[in-house]
Amino acid sequence: MTVAITGLGLISCLGEGREAHSAWPAEPVLDETGFAPFPIHPLTPLKLEDHIPRREFRQMEGWQRLGTHAAGLAIADAGAGALVGQMDLMVAAGGGERDTTLDATLLAEILTVAPSDREAWLNRKLGEGLRPTLFLAQLSNLLAGSISILHNVAGSSRTFLGEEAAGAEALRVAHARVADGTSRIMLVGAAWIAARWDNLLTYAPWLQQNAWAPTAEREKLVPGSGAAFLVLEKLDAALARGARPLALLEEVRTDMVPLDTGAPDVSAAPFQAPAGALAVADATGHLMEAAFPMAVAMAALAGKQHVTGFGHRHGHFAATVKEYRA
Amino acid sequence: MKDIALTDHLGRPRVVVTGMGMVTALGLNLAESWAGLTAGRSGVRDITRFDTTGMRTRFGACVDLPGDRPGRPLPAGERVATLGAMAFDEALAQAGLTAPIAGPFCFGMPPIEIEWPARTAIREAATGADGMAMTLSAAELPGQVAGGELFSPAVVLARRYGTRGIPQAVTTACASGGTAIQLATEALRRGEASVALAGGAEASMTPETLIRFALLHALSNRNDDPAAASRPFSLSRDGFVMGDGAGALVLETMEHALARGATVLGEILGVGERADTFHRTRSSPDAVPVAGVMQDAIADSGLPPEVFGYINAHGTSTPENDKTEAMAIHMVFGEVAPPTSSTKSMIGHTLSAAGAIEAVICLMALRDQLLPPTINQDDTDPALNLDVIPHQARAVTGVKAALSNSFGFGGQNVCVALGVGL
Repeated sequence: MTVAITGLGLISCLGEGREAHSAWPAEPVLDETGFAPFPIHPLTPLKLEDHIPRREFRQMEGWQRLGTHAAGLAIADAGAGALVGQMDLMVAAGGGERDTTLDATLLAEILTVAPSDREAWLNRKLGEGLRPTLFLAQLSNLLAGSISILHNVAGSSRTFLGEEAAGAEALRVAHARVADGTSRIMLVGAAWIAARWDNLLTYAPWLQQNAWAPTAEREKLVPGSGAAFLVLEKLDAALARGARPLALLEEVRTDMVPLDTGAPDVSAAPFQAPAGALAVADATGHLMEAAFPMAVAMAALAGKQHVTGFGHRHGHFAATVKEYRA
Repeated sequence: MKDIALTDHLGRPRVVVTGMGMVTALGLNLAESWAGLTAGRSGVRDITRFDTTGMRTRFGACVDLPGDRPGRPLPAGERVATLGAMAFDEALAQAGLTAPIAGPFCFGMPPIEIEWPARTAIREAATGADGMAMTLSAAELPGQVAGGELFSPAVVLARRYGTRGIPQAVTTACASGGTAIQLATEALRRGEASVALAGGAEASMTPETLIRFALLHALSNRNDDPAAASRPFSLSRDGFVMGDGAGALVLETMEHALARGATVLGEILGVGERADTFHRTRSSPDAVPVAGVMQDAIADSGLPPEVFGYINAHGTSTPENDKTEAMAIHMVFGEVAPPTSSTKSMIGHTLSAAGAIEAVICLMALRDQLLPPTINQDDTDPALNLDVIPHQARAVTGVKAALSNSFGFGGQNVCVALGVGL
């Protein structure tokens, strides 16, 4: 029943790979001007086109490119390339990415169009302006689809929608399926890009403006670009194929925060880290769907045992990670 | 009572259905929808809730709601939540259960975006049209971006029914409803709960999504005859027809259902799921992944293939899907395949809801021993070699199990095996 973490695919402002995400305390890498007044944690410079065939590259938007690359890192890190045919996949995703140039062009004009004519005007402009394949770059389940196509991951494939809670719930279900033996090997994670106005627009009321501050000293989010994928498998099966477990994932719990009081209180616990804890979001920025998978991965790397997380609107999560000793 | 097995061939808890609900273009509840489906009626018609001027496709299997006004349709998130509530309310009433439900909520739904009316409202309050001005404006207008709260319909419904844990807002495109059933079934088999809600709702028929699908050449553009546009397995099939709708199932372990004296309506016998690594919008032309999910679902049920006397096909009415699916069915069943209909010919392709709606249709067909037809079969494609139950519903006897196929854009394939009276 013991579930091992045998591979990590991590990308954030801290860099790429295990080592970049092992150093504590990590100095935050910030971009305070590119999307001012909203500070963000930018992605470490990556040449994704070196990792993704050109034909595929064109059919994806940024989060899919980032996510497929991180998924590939995790598969390689686990040495699990021979198992992709039976590998199950769980992805947490947001709403995809839009053609922000087209949006801005239409928004610059739309108020000059009489309200009664706007529907037909938009139909024409969208029909002329949208790139057909953009839809596929945008659909939430197409990160999973792209991972299957690029890395030949051919087991079951599920995508959960919904911010931080989706990432945590994906990890919980992935863990449960490996633990009960219905999945031989599981790839689970998410990717999110902060450096896009369409993504920032979606979270506008919850974003920190102007100066960056540590999570303990602010009430709002500082988003970050990043991706986190984990490979999970049963410890005995991992050892039998000669894999080297990084850590054991003992338990993942998720639940909704009771919200009977109505409006979420962003000054409450979600953004307050207990003393002595590693505040992952201080280092990587807030990675939305990828936030909890990243936190669990970094806890494993740091030898920490308990991981907690919260959604900015919904959900609280906890995981227990244990050091693996051969 | 003591003769009823509580576990399946692998010793897992049997997962049974005790409540069903459905909203389709043929009716706002299961009884009306089923009456329309078995009468071979089409629910496809011209779209009236928004302006379709200039669109390549101007029709769909619409479910318009009281909140829809011409030019001011409900936002997609509200439509998903409303349709979902209609279907789950019906299912829970049939099951004789009320909130709180002590199990998970597994819900296929589309990604919800900020739509153009909300985007325009943000623009009206903004100092400019660029990303910074729009985002600053939206920061002051939380009500407008609430529409962008990606899984809010699942949260709304999970609160309505008092389900446990994080609501699973599932998106595997056109397979979402099937995936939701699978996730709920697995949770019950694992013993995480004794009852679960599984279903899906779809409301992607918005101007921008209709335009996007049309740009992919995925939709029928038979604008002069909408009711004849969804014609799966025909020689003249030219694309799918979008549909609104919702399907809902109350799932319980057999033990839980019997203990509380619930009426068992049917059973989830097995599930199969495989990702296709071939292409984003096309199934592998060798049909191996599609045949594989059907084989996996049959194997999971522990029953021989010949027990399955009906297939509710994915049957989208696109040239490629129907060909690949027919090939896969023959790979699994040989030359003589079970009667296979596509109810999408009547209620369109309800995308995220289709897997749930069609699972309920399978259970109704088994209960009533009446297989719903595929309509618009003036020119059934002989090369497919399928008994598509053309035009009219067919009475049968002794059919106890059925398969429901769902294949998503992005290569996510699901098959659910259902039974009644086994």
